[in-house]
Amino acid sequence: MGTIFSSGYTIFLLAFGVGPAVYALFLAFTKNGAFVGFDNFVRVFADYRFLPAVGHVALFVVVWLACLIVFVVLLALIVHAIRIRWLSTTSRFLFYIPGALAGASSVLLWLFVLDPAVSPVSFILEAFGKESFVQVVQTDTLHIVLAIIAFWTGAGGWIVIMYGALNNISDEVMEAARIDGAGPINTAWHIQIPLLRKWISYMAILSLAAGTQLFVEPRVLAQASKGVVTQDYSLNQLAFLYAFRQNDFNGSAAISLVLLVVALGLSVFFVFRGGLFERE
Amino acid sequence: MVSLNANNRTRQLARAGRLRPITPSVFLGRALAAAVVVFFSLFFIVPIAWLLIAPSKDGRQLLLENPFSVGTLDQFAANWESLMTYQNGLVWTWLGNSAFYATAALVITLVISIPAGYALALTEFRGRHLLLVTTLVVMLIPNTALVLPVFLELSAVRLIGSPLAVILPFSFFPFGVYLTYIYFSTTISRDLLDAARIDGASELRVFGQVALPLATPVVALVGFFSFTGNWTNYFLPFVTVPGRAAPIQVGIAELLANVPQFNPTSAASTTIDLPVLALATLLSVAPVLIVFLFSQRFLVTGMTAGGTKG
Repeated sequence: MGTIFSSGYTIFLLAFGVGPAVYALFLAFTKNGAFVGFDNFVRVFADYRFLPAVGHVALFVVVWLACLIVFVVLLALIVHAIRIRWLSTTSRFLFYIPGALAGASSVLLWLFVLDPAVSPVSFILEAFGKESFVQVVQTDTLHIVLAIIAFWTGAGGWIVIMYGALNNISDEVMEAARIDGAGPINTAWHIQIPLLRKWISYMAILSLAAGTQLFVEPRVLAQASKGVVTQDYSLNQLAFLYAFRQNDFNGSAAISLVLLVVALGLSVFFVFRGGLFERE
Repeated sequence: MVSLNANNRTRQLARAGRLRPITPSVFLGRALAAAVVVFFSLFFIVPIAWLLIAPSKDGRQLLLENPFSVGTLDQFAANWESLMTYQNGLVWTWLGNSAFYATAALVITLVISIPAGYALALTEFRGRHLLLVTTLVVMLIPNTALVLPVFLELSAVRLIGSPLAVILPFSFFPFGVYLTYIYFSTTISRDLLDAARIDGASELRVFGQVALPLATPVVALVGFFSFTGNWTNYFLPFVTVPGRAAPIQVGIAELLANVPQFNPTSAASTTIDLPVLALATLLSVAPVLIVFLFSQRFLVTGMTAGGTKG
């Protein structure tokens, strides 16, 4: 009976989860249907755009993860310590709202914020010596801009999750710390953060996997920056160009597969080692 | 959920009864914490506040006036008119597409995910364990990782451009199955179902008349994540349904090509003013913002742990 109840979902899992991955695997190792070994990978890796794209994505991920881990934990701890109920609720909601602007919308909004001509915070941009939008999105500092946009959109969700996890720490533990004379900083450092560890690594691993997939932000910025942000800034953009510009589905599949293997590896590692999911 | 709230309340009472004396260092610490919260609140909310005001101004005002000066209702109407007449109301087509794709996917998601989560939690069948582990693993893969492979697959079966090319991939939502699984395994006991079975209820009735009525909260939760996630998805529809079939997320990015300030070389005949672009951005997320406002109570509790994915 369970088989019938789960059959609809199983079909979708095969068609849109397992199927595409297997098909990408097939494409990545073939050319015109004939097996070619690692040819597609070699061609893609040798592409002069490949390594810079890896570098861009890596820089972005590092900055973004650092921001997430430091500020999400800090804000969750502070918000959790706020005793006035409505204040705590309101600040959590304020942090969360930007999540509504995921996707292209957040990037469009940030086009305005980052353009000194119209920005609500143009004084900050000018303090950094940025007088035009083009100066703001120069390639050598673009990863910071992208990290800020991604942090702005997603951090609130994680703050709320960390807050929920902090609520699950038992009163006795917190009470014992207080009796021992631990102040808020000691309690946070020695008790709360260690107990949050699973959740912090959950956030780090999911964000690491998501960060390598960078696409929307540089894609939309490329459209708006007069060519300053290139069409091949990130790996997924490169895979996209292979499929749509060069009609090279095999090369595209090779890049996608590399990214997929990274995501899959992180995911499998976390499911079996992360300790967050109880399995039987 | 009720017990959690009660728990919070007792905790707050306990805390209130034991305020520590305010020494200079405690005061300094609090001031610092308050400064951090205020700073980040501004960081998160200023762009949105600006976005709410911008469509009430014209392009000149946007460039020259104080960023938070409020324009006029008339100007808002003019911007609205300008956006709506853009290519004979293309924006409505995009919004309609978004609504159609997100709603159709929502229905399919619920129809397949709720029974699957139920089966995983409360029944035994061959391959159950494998299905559960696969679901967990796929759930943690960012959905962008499968976009190009899904595109390659769909183009092999010649579905690109058809509404199905968005709706079907959108309907595959392993996180929804996982949420349902957790919900059923923690709130409903097998004994309850067995009791119904002894009374002669068929398996279908046990699910439909015993389990399902108890599952309203999780149906709402899965629906919420499915709808908001799909509405804001850009990458998948960008590659699978280009042109007039695109949803609004892809559409507004396309509008950019006709904004002279961001694209001086564009040869488009109709140009889009900055305030009109701001209005389009606002409109593109309006449904999700509204859903957020109505769900704020449950959003901020942290009960939805794991709900956001990159």
